[in-house]
Amino acid sequence: MSKKKFVVGCFDTEDTLFPAVKKVRTAGYKIQDVYTPFAVHGLDGALGMRETSLHTAGFIYGITGTTTAISCISWIFTKDWPLDIGGKPHFALPAWIPIMFELTVLFAAVGMVLTFCYICQIAPFVKKHHFHPRATDDLFVMVIECTDKTNTQEAEAFLQSAGAIETKTEIAEEGWWIGRYDRDEVPFGEKIAVA
Amino acid sequence: MASIKEQFVVPGKMKTWAYALIGVGVLSFFIGLFTKGMGTEEEKAIFLGTIMYNTIYWTLICNASMFFLCATTMAWAGWPAAFRRIPEAISVMVPIFGSITLAVLLYVVFTHNHHIYHWTNDAAVAADPVLKGKSGFLNVKFFTIWSLLAVGLWSFFGYRMRQLSSAADDAALGGMTGAEFIRKNTFRAATFLVWFALTVGSTIHWLWTMSLDAHWYSTMYSWYNFASTFVSGMALIALWLIYMKNKGYMEYATDEHLHDVAKFMFAFSIFWTYLWFSQYMLIWYSNQPEETIYFKHRVQGAYKGIFFLNLIINFVCPVIILMKRSSKRNYTLVTFMAVLIVFGHWIDYYQEVMGSISKEHVTLGWFDFGILSFFVGAMIFGVSKALASKPLVPKHHPFLKESIIHHT
Repeated sequence: MSKKKFVVGCFDTEDTLFPAVKKVRTAGYKIQDVYTPFAVHGLDGALGMRETSLHTAGFIYGITGTTTAISCISWIFTKDWPLDIGGKPHFALPAWIPIMFELTVLFAAVGMVLTFCYICQIAPFVKKHHFHPRATDDLFVMVIECTDKTNTQEAEAFLQSAGAIETKTEIAEEGWWIGRYDRDEVPFGEKIAVA
Repeated sequence: MASIKEQFVVPGKMKTWAYALIGVGVLSFFIGLFTKGMGTEEEKAIFLGTIMYNTIYWTLICNASMFFLCATTMAWAGWPAAFRRIPEAISVMVPIFGSITLAVLLYVVFTHNHHIYHWTNDAAVAADPVLKGKSGFLNVKFFTIWSLLAVGLWSFFGYRMRQLSSAADDAALGGMTGAEFIRKNTFRAATFLVWFALTVGSTIHWLWTMSLDAHWYSTMYSWYNFASTFVSGMALIALWLIYMKNKGYMEYATDEHLHDVAKFMFAFSIFWTYLWFSQYMLIWYSNQPEETIYFKHRVQGAYKGIFFLNLIINFVCPVIILMKRSSKRNYTLVTFMAVLIVFGHWIDYYQEVMGSISKEHVTLGWFDFGILSFFVGAMIFGVSKALASKPLVPKHHPFLKESIIHHT
């Protein structure tokens, strides 16, 4: 629960956002994140983020599912409780393939969703700070993380020169906390602006 | 547009190769005709069957590229526009290979060759309640009419699609004319697809290959064969795309387009396996003699090796090799996989057709590869000629820009 100072700049089109991201990064500012109303293709590359490893995780979860299925079924049907089903062999691989497939998909899907939630820090009642309410509507909101030496006025002016239609400086919680929006904060109300 | 190479010129080397392959094919046809085609009934059936599965396979995979165009057109997909002249050129082969197919198949049914099609033997059908029940569908008249209609209409609807595509070469298609172009294109694609569903999606495989085992039937069969031909059709498109890129043509088609084509190869390899397995597992599970007869000699008899090779080439290899994103963008790997997939499904067709005609002996040998070389040569010759006959970029196609900026 540490509060930090952020400079927020809002852009109204992708066409101004992309050059702005490039300029801000070359100028040496650290972009905490860009909040967009929809998935913007190529933005992760422009922000210099590395490729996600989520699919590798998914592959490992899938393999785990396959292994679980094959080891469970084969143990049950050949060692623990062998049954004669329609004269089929105890090790009836074709009949197990659908189940192996399903468990692969189930493990991969559920595992990836949980991993994704963990990486993005989203869960029921987990709350994060909104820098601008219109980021969910029609604005591309770029958030710059300030250091002790950052001159916020200079940063805001820089963002405006890069095409931001609205800028502000905020002190905000950078991580997540447990809470409910309806109890302890009005999400779309006025934010405390700090000069 | 000035720097774009719009016109494909067939390299001399390619022509030489095509002629050589066709030459090898024709030569082995004649040698096969004298060594097998004149022999006993059984040898004759093997001779005809070998030509049959080759010609059916190549007709259907060339037709699959027109299916690819029509399906993407119906989905309003813009991305194939940059390289759509390649599937168009491949589909030019449908009437040619289709005629060969018709000639072979009609020769077989009109000579009542019951070693290949058991149901053409009138005496056997009359004495057999199962075949008598099927005779409304499985008879020479219906077979002939339906096969003629199938090949004829694939060719005709394909020709209509290609003809409309040429309209995007000359006149600018902006605003209303562009919308009219898309509307017409969608309509023509839809008519092709309806006919495709009635033939490749169902009946054609019942008539041409499933009826080799006249008593046997499977509801998965047509879909299974459709998947087989579609995935090899995509592999063929990928091969031509890579060839053209390597020769410096098709500048607008990038890694992104190859990635999407390779995704089709990957996805439909799995789809093929899904259908393969669905057919196999249900028959294995219910274990009824009239159904298992199809798999008996394939899984436990002479065809055992080819049967499992088929699964390894067409399922295990694509899944493992094409799974990674980077391998779908790697020209060498995609070329390798495309050749492997085309070959693998050729083997699939081999065991499907020859497994029914020659149950005890695997006949795969020089004759199969000789006939294959004819079709490969003819395909290279015909497709390169078709590519050279038109500009490579449909300059005024309304979706061209969408295709150029396409990324995944």
